[in-house]
Amino acid sequence: MKRDAFKFYGMGLALTGALAGALAAAQVRAAEQFIPMLSYRVGPYAPGGSGFFGGYIDYLDMINKRDGGVNGVKLTWEECETEYKNDRGVECYERLKGKGPTGGTVFTPLSTGITYSLIERATTDKIPVISMGYGRTDASDGRIFPYIFPLVTNYWSQNTAKIKFIGMREGGMDKLKGKKIVNLYHGSAYGKETIPVLDLQAKKYGFEVKHIEVPHPGNEQQSQWLEIRRYKPDWVILRGWGVMNPTALKTAQKVGFPADRIVGVWWSGAEEDVIPAGDAAKGFISAAFHPSGRDFPVIQDILKYVYGSGSRGNMTDQSRIGQQYYNRGVIQGILTVEAIRTAQEKFGKGKSLTPEQVRWGIENLNIDEKRIRQLGAFGLLQPLKVSCFDHEGGGAVKFQQWDGERWKVISDWIASDQSIVRPMIEESAAKYAKEKGIKPREGISLGSDCGHYSENLKKIVSGG
Amino acid sequence: MFYREAGQFKTSYAADQQIFPIRQDRVGMALLLAIAYGVVPLIGNDYWFTAIMIPFLILSLAALGLNILTGYAGQLSLGTAGFMAVGAFAAYNFILRIPEMPFLLAFVLAGLTAALVGILFGLPSLRIKGFYLAVATLAAQFFIEWALIKFGWFTNYSPSGVIDAQTMTLFGFALDTPLEKYLLTLTIVSVLALAAKNLMRCETGRAFMAIRDMDVAAEVIGIPMLKTKLLAFAISSFYCGVAGALYAYAYLGTVEPQAFDLNRSFQVLFMIIIGGMGSILGSFLGAAFITLLPILLNVVAHAVFGGAVRTAILSNLELVIFGGLIIFFLAVEPHGLARLWHIAKEKLRLWPFPY
Repeated sequence: MKRDAFKFYGMGLALTGALAGALAAAQVRAAEQFIPMLSYRVGPYAPGGSGFFGGYIDYLDMINKRDGGVNGVKLTWEECETEYKNDRGVECYERLKGKGPTGGTVFTPLSTGITYSLIERATTDKIPVISMGYGRTDASDGRIFPYIFPLVTNYWSQNTAKIKFIGMREGGMDKLKGKKIVNLYHGSAYGKETIPVLDLQAKKYGFEVKHIEVPHPGNEQQSQWLEIRRYKPDWVILRGWGVMNPTALKTAQKVGFPADRIVGVWWSGAEEDVIPAGDAAKGFISAAFHPSGRDFPVIQDILKYVYGSGSRGNMTDQSRIGQQYYNRGVIQGILTVEAIRTAQEKFGKGKSLTPEQVRWGIENLNIDEKRIRQLGAFGLLQPLKVSCFDHEGGGAVKFQQWDGERWKVISDWIASDQSIVRPMIEESAAKYAKEKGIKPREGISLGSDCGHYSENLKKIVSGG
Repeated sequence: MFYREAGQFKTSYAADQQIFPIRQDRVGMALLLAIAYGVVPLIGNDYWFTAIMIPFLILSLAALGLNILTGYAGQLSLGTAGFMAVGAFAAYNFILRIPEMPFLLAFVLAGLTAALVGILFGLPSLRIKGFYLAVATLAAQFFIEWALIKFGWFTNYSPSGVIDAQTMTLFGFALDTPLEKYLLTLTIVSVLALAAKNLMRCETGRAFMAIRDMDVAAEVIGIPMLKTKLLAFAISSFYCGVAGALYAYAYLGTVEPQAFDLNRSFQVLFMIIIGGMGSILGSFLGAAFITLLPILLNVVAHAVFGGAVRTAILSNLELVIFGGLIIFFLAVEPHGLARLWHIAKEKLRLWPFPY
């Protein structure tokens, strides 16, 4: 009996020792940076989700394999299936936010809806959210949305670039006068978002704009296109999403509207949007904040280190590597890693950073042309300079045309018209601040310049 | 044995008419509430409150609303999510436009607004029924979603049509932590579930059931068809409206009309089919099945196969298992999970000596 008790205690001691050892071991290899992935690989938008997160994960994997992590800090990640649904997205966010040695570093939901649901939560939890090319446009004002980063470019910026592009095609912005443009938009929050900025530009340049809604999901557009044919516009802006895009192109062909007069957003400009439309898509133009293709050294490195020598990458269908969504995922990877690197410069190399520290890293991102070349992403990524004042950083857009086989870039980077976009962002953000009772960051806060508020905006925020 | 009623005598009408006539049920219910109010807040963390308990309770409330209409009154509806949307956006506008509006009052008004809209779309039920009525209520679903997107006033002219729920303040005390939101949701859902339970025992509930079972016979015995059917729509929509307001305020914080699309209506309909038509308990069981089981499958799959199997396969597998379980449960018990619980209770009553 006594011996048994002794044995029991002995075992307990041994167990405790083992546990302590394991804990110590965990501390030794604690230099890990956990990156949560709110991905979607089933449901109607799975083609986008699997490509984007495939590229994102492959890039992180490549950094681990090629460089041994970021300054020795291994990148780890875990996926959680959101099915592109807001409620599942929130569940996944809550599940992953506390994982890893320092918690979820940065969230990238690839869904405007989920981004909206996370804004307040992430702000309370002090975790940054990157919504690259989607999400809440006015979050570009970092003084009011410190944790939300619609990096690279946002919907409104894209729209001004699009009108510039159309102007260029017409032979000058003054030629836009009297032209007719149709805005064919998806009947959702995402689709509606550019109506005000288009109206503003119509007034400024003197063209006529007609907004035509396509109800979700958009697989029936006969009446809309008949209306377009009757209206005889010079250009059609296709603000589509998912199944709406190929349907629009096919219906346009049926009513005889030329595809090279249709300009899509970047959510209409992936291979998945044009291949199902077949012949009808030939000549279709879309905006893009990055090109397709796998000639970039960074993609070649992924192929070499992740897919080379028989090892297994994230993409089951390797022919999709280098397509729109995949490359967008790689850009997401670059931005995340660069943010971590920037934050490590300030808070110490070789350490796991907290989400708050990584947030600082994102806000102080400065990726210039030289750095882009070092990253092997020249032509893939535009120069980016983020600040507290401007959470967008870039804003330039390229245009590409589908030749029936692949996307061909047909323009250089076209800068957005911030003289239109910025005041709209500030006014909308100020309205949000007022509704929520948020005090905007001012002056030098957390080490970055937040700029100063104009008297007018101060009035809106304070309710005057 | 567990449900032996021997020795429990009812000596007054009050005792005979109480909600839970059997002592075991009363104890069980008290225990459940004690756990929900006492134990869960102690052991739960943010994840449990915000990702598990709050959505479960809110969708239970929506399912309860639909169950009153479909399960008890026999009026098939596909407009549930639409009525939830009315509740959410009405609460937002009441708080936004009327200064000093207490949010609880706004929730009640939101429910009443949803009830009004429900009556409007319930009018066809006087002439059509069954699947035809389901199609008519589908119009509510599409119309409400369309109207909320189309008219900027509802969303206070937010450029994207998404509203941000204001902070809920009760007597100057802001309810903004997950625990507080959980307790608020729990209280509202408990009160409304109790009200529904009582409603179904009184004259109105019996009239509902009479109409469900045979409307001609019900009319013959003097149940006013117009009033009762519209009342069923009103009460059901009230519940859905409050659920929608809670969905926006206690759960997501921001909400767009798309959160209440047709899929949500179907989801709630499946909840009451799987949980059990015409059963209060069934609404809760169904909500748990539809909302929590996929999450459980996801967590388990990641714990078991994480890293070894591709996540795309895991995600698909999750849907396959979930669908399989739905078929299994409906094949085993077409009357729903609540019926299974009743059978279990019957068996426990006789255990261990079944004749």
